[in-house]
Amino acid sequence: MIQAILVFNNHGKPRLVRFYQRFPEEIQQQIIRETFHLVLKRDDNICNFLEGGSLIGGSDYKLIYRHYATLYFVFCVDSSESELGILDLIQVFVETLDKCFENVCELDLIFHMDKVHYILQEVVMGGMVLETNMNEIVAQIEAQNRLEKSEGGLSAAPARAVSAVKNINLPEMPRNINIGDLNIKVPNLSQFV
Amino acid sequence: MSDIVEKTLTALPGLFLQNQSVSGPAAAKASFSSRLGGLVRGITALTSKHEEEKLIQQELNNLKATVSAPTTTLKMMKECMVRLIYCEMLGYDASFGYIHAIKLAQQGNLLEKRVGYLAVSLFLHESHELLLLLVNTVVKDLQSTNLVEVCMALTIVSQIFPREMIPAVLPLIEDKLQHSKEIIRRKAVLALYKFYLIAPNQVQHIHIKFRKALCDRDVGVMAASLHIYLRMIKENSSAYKDLTGSFVTILKQVVGGKLPVDFNYHSVPAPWLQIQLLRILGLLGKDDQRTSELMYDVLDESLRRAELNHNVTYAILFECVHTVYSVYPKSELLEKAAKCIGRFVLSPKINLKYLGLKALTYVIQQDPTLALQHQMTIIECLDHPDPIIKREVLGEYSYLLDKETPEEVITKLYKLLRSDSISSETKAWIIAAVTKLTPQAHSSNIVERLIQEFTTSLDTCLRQHAFELKHLHENVKFMKGLLPVDKSCEDMVVDASLSFLDGFVAEELSQGAAPYKPHHQRQEEKLSQGKVLSFEPYGLSFSSSGFSGRQSPAGISLGSDISGNSTETGLKETNSLKLEGIKKLWGKEGYLPKKESKTGDETEALPVPQENIIMENVDQIITKNDQSQALTQSKEEKEKQLLASSLFVGLGSESTISLLGKADTLSHKFRRKSKVKETKSGQTTTAENVTRSSFSSSSNVTYEEDYYLDNFQDRGDKEIKKFSLNSELLDSESLTELPLIEKISNCRLSTPSLFAVNNMEVFHPPQSTAASVANEISLASSLLEETTEHMHSDLMEVCHNETISVSSYKIWKDECLLMVWSVFNKSASELKSANLEIAPAENFKITEQPGCCLPVIEAESTRNFQYSVQMEKPFTEGNLSGFINYQVMDTHSVQLEFSVNLSLLDFIRPLKISTEDFGKLWLSFANDVKQNVKMSESQAALPSTLKALQQELRLHVVDIIGNEGLLACQLLPSIPCLLHFRVHGDMLALWFRSSCSTLPDYLLYQCQKIIFHYRLLQDIEYNSLWYTLPF
Repeated sequence: MIQAILVFNNHGKPRLVRFYQRFPEEIQQQIIRETFHLVLKRDDNICNFLEGGSLIGGSDYKLIYRHYATLYFVFCVDSSESELGILDLIQVFVETLDKCFENVCELDLIFHMDKVHYILQEVVMGGMVLETNMNEIVAQIEAQNRLEKSEGGLSAAPARAVSAVKNINLPEMPRNINIGDLNIKVPNLSQFV
Repeated sequence: MSDIVEKTLTALPGLFLQNQSVSGPAAAKASFSSRLGGLVRGITALTSKHEEEKLIQQELNNLKATVSAPTTTLKMMKECMVRLIYCEMLGYDASFGYIHAIKLAQQGNLLEKRVGYLAVSLFLHESHELLLLLVNTVVKDLQSTNLVEVCMALTIVSQIFPREMIPAVLPLIEDKLQHSKEIIRRKAVLALYKFYLIAPNQVQHIHIKFRKALCDRDVGVMAASLHIYLRMIKENSSAYKDLTGSFVTILKQVVGGKLPVDFNYHSVPAPWLQIQLLRILGLLGKDDQRTSELMYDVLDESLRRAELNHNVTYAILFECVHTVYSVYPKSELLEKAAKCIGRFVLSPKINLKYLGLKALTYVIQQDPTLALQHQMTIIECLDHPDPIIKREVLGEYSYLLDKETPEEVITKLYKLLRSDSISSETKAWIIAAVTKLTPQAHSSNIVERLIQEFTTSLDTCLRQHAFELKHLHENVKFMKGLLPVDKSCEDMVVDASLSFLDGFVAEELSQGAAPYKPHHQRQEEKLSQGKVLSFEPYGLSFSSSGFSGRQSPAGISLGSDISGNSTETGLKETNSLKLEGIKKLWGKEGYLPKKESKTGDETEALPVPQENIIMENVDQIITKNDQSQALTQSKEEKEKQLLASSLFVGLGSESTISLLGKADTLSHKFRRKSKVKETKSGQTTTAENVTRSSFSSSSNVTYEEDYYLDNFQDRGDKEIKKFSLNSELLDSESLTELPLIEKISNCRLSTPSLFAVNNMEVFHPPQSTAASVANEISLASSLLEETTEHMHSDLMEVCHNETISVSSYKIWKDECLLMVWSVFNKSASELKSANLEIAPAENFKITEQPGCCLPVIEAESTRNFQYSVQMEKPFTEGNLSGFINYQVMDTHSVQLEFSVNLSLLDFIRPLKISTEDFGKLWLSFANDVKQNVKMSESQAALPSTLKALQQELRLHVVDIIGNEGLLACQLLPSIPCLLHFRVHGDMLALWFRSSCSTLPDYLLYQCQKIIFHYRLLQDIEYNSLWYTLPF
């Protein structure tokens, strides 16, 4: 399970903070600070894992981080998560941000903090990995964005907008797998893409 | 200073323009009018922490004014909320906005609601009292036809939800498992997983649904269910062995590329799914040859298929190697896996190297010879710049001794130590490794030379390690015991909480020593005294040697861990001493070890006595109601009293109240059989007893339910096996099963919450018994006259051990809440210096009531301790904890801790006013809350609803006019709250007004809960008829 996701910049300013386990406010700040100091002094040519710290939960927990330009993305996870898997999950998250913001940079994270949270919610839900398929995540976010647009017309034409909101359909792709049956139906995806 | 801020602020637009030209489109997207933008720009331009604090404080003050202004629209509120989130993220307190976040989630349109939910999930925590106000909104949104709303509700549920309210949403979420959209099903699975984590007992009955999720036609849902299975299998792998075949089949299909291409990640099919499955298989196959045999094929295929074209393939490979080495060994696979590790350790990528070394530990544990091929690589790694890698390496190094004697290795390491090319940190590691090797070496010349050389080293860390080695070396026998050869692969468990010192600490504290204060607190105190130099510039620095000392893997740095107590390291490490991260054993008040664990135990343990009490009550009621049974019943009663009196000699044979908890556990064993019959007759009693008889049926249900549930489980299992052959069948056939299961689960989930309501019901036993019971108590103790005058709760055991048992009950006195703890001495000897203390709590004022002060409890007798509790600050749920200590004979003293939950309801009293006063008061209150509640038909009658509210919420009925009712109550000491309600059809319109802003919300919630439970009770009664049918 993922315990916390922290994003801060090269100066340690938090840009996204999401804890999936409860910590008092001051402890949260302390965790952010100390995590920053831990990863800051690590060169780019050494490994991206930190283990056995006493920061969160003790020896069962590890920090897995990636450094992108001005930002550090740090995931704190317990032993049930795979290090390399999380490393790629960070990549997926960042790539998704990039898709949603078009050339994402630190400023996007600051000015659209709420949106970043919504994107994260589609990737990780309550500490569990929900979706790793970038297209799916983007589809979900776009469905929400459509909502936002229709919301703009809400005051102008309430009835129309309301029905539009009501009719919002999240895209669903039939993706079948059967346990006992080796015959997997692979749908013709071209029509959905 | 404010000048500077002002100047900075005026300079901001210019600064921002500069920024914009640099960062291009992203910045341009942020609208200039956005106030968040303004705030952020302000902050980024500031140079000192102090200025930031000032600016944010100003911002928070503005926000505070805005959010509480009545003119603020929801849209503005949404914008404010984002700014509040930002301030909170920077570590500033924005608690004034919490209630508004909830309101936004309750009242806003979709977009506003989304912000509201987000803010709630970031601001609050699971036990936050305000969260209860969100429950209704979540329930409503879960029932919404709008998918986005449902998604939002599911997300918030999986992130943060009060444990005690799970029953309110559980059936709704279970329904979502059948939803047509896969994203909803998937989120529902994760929400249920969350429930499993926080309250495993409540979702026990839906294991069968988890299994259905595993067979879901959508891979995403299936993948989500693996989270649950990984967890459950970790806890108890034997119960899920039958699923091994399914997991293997799934993995086979995934590995074989049978999934649609949109599951590929860098052309690797569903890597995260594979990792998850491999982990599960590893757990299932551990020490189990038969299960392991099922998976050899697929593991082999995984190893073979993994084409190393991307990072994530290594992730799968690593997991695969791990699994191969954790299941029952198969030599062929072990060899293949060991070869794979070569790709890791030889990789230029540092992450892979690290994991490769980690994987090597698995290999060495199984068969060191397989690891020998990598020995050279390992030694090369020693020169790697990453300290973590070095650490791993040295950990391994000492076990690769097959070819070389320990002496040779030590010599090598010694040479390494003397070379100047490596850092002192690495040297410290090397000495640690030498320390480990020394007991196996025969001659110790080099070691002695090493000790001599490094005990005078300038580096404190090295010196310390050398000293450790020296002392250990002087006592070889001890050293061998400490660092055993054969166990060197196992990780030592270091007690980071230093619990072995607990006794010592407690002793010192009791002798008046000052409690320990963590570093930062001492620092703060010093600063506030203003006498010492500021340590600020050093406060944040982390000395690298100190860090590595503590971060060392338990295996090799045993020496340094032991010496963690020594003053030398103590001094050195104070700057980076991070006590908060460790389990919270030390609080500001000093040592607090058991309080936290206690609460956990408490919640586990509570339902049992409660159930007993209720069953007892039910029994009593049945005795009253059912004349035909009266004879046998009274016989049993006598039998029970006999039993009880033999247990409680000091109390006299007729003292029932303190027996309720005790004797009941003994007697209900005998009575269980006869009860089924009794319940039936109980059900046919008059309408007045509707609720009571349904208690009996519900408690009855809990017995039978288990049986049926087991049946279902079995059936379900078979079904799944059958359906894995033909999945179409599953849907059609299970549909017929479903309603049954659901009904069962309904009952099951509602039973615990029923007890909560029951509790309130219990203090209205038929008058005669109440009086007699009360009389008996007063016999036992002259203190408890109040019980006859005031309503009181049932006796509930809060803690016990072999000598004493502590029970407590509440007496709802007019002006305060009186808590009574009665301590019963079970032993045959008297207890000395018995003392009960209640810890001061934040929201309460607790005063001890004078009573008999003799600190001696005679053998087999009871002593009562009374405390009056008053509320200082409104809250919804609070906890009162305390402890009792005593001495048996002349032995050492024993301490026993307990805690009791208090709810706001405990402090609500009827407010007796006239209709006129009601009218006046009504107009004078500003805070009001309205809500329509649906009722079941039988409930629709005004009088019965009134009665329920009057009894359970302790509302005073002021007047009834037609189909409208006026009720009034007050929150102690004197916050009035008025309720106006009207019945039309099956709808109940509730309208609260009060001078306190949170009280109406809370009361509304309680009312809904009661009405909701009332409805459930009737459903259950209906269902229980159905249960008695044989099928």
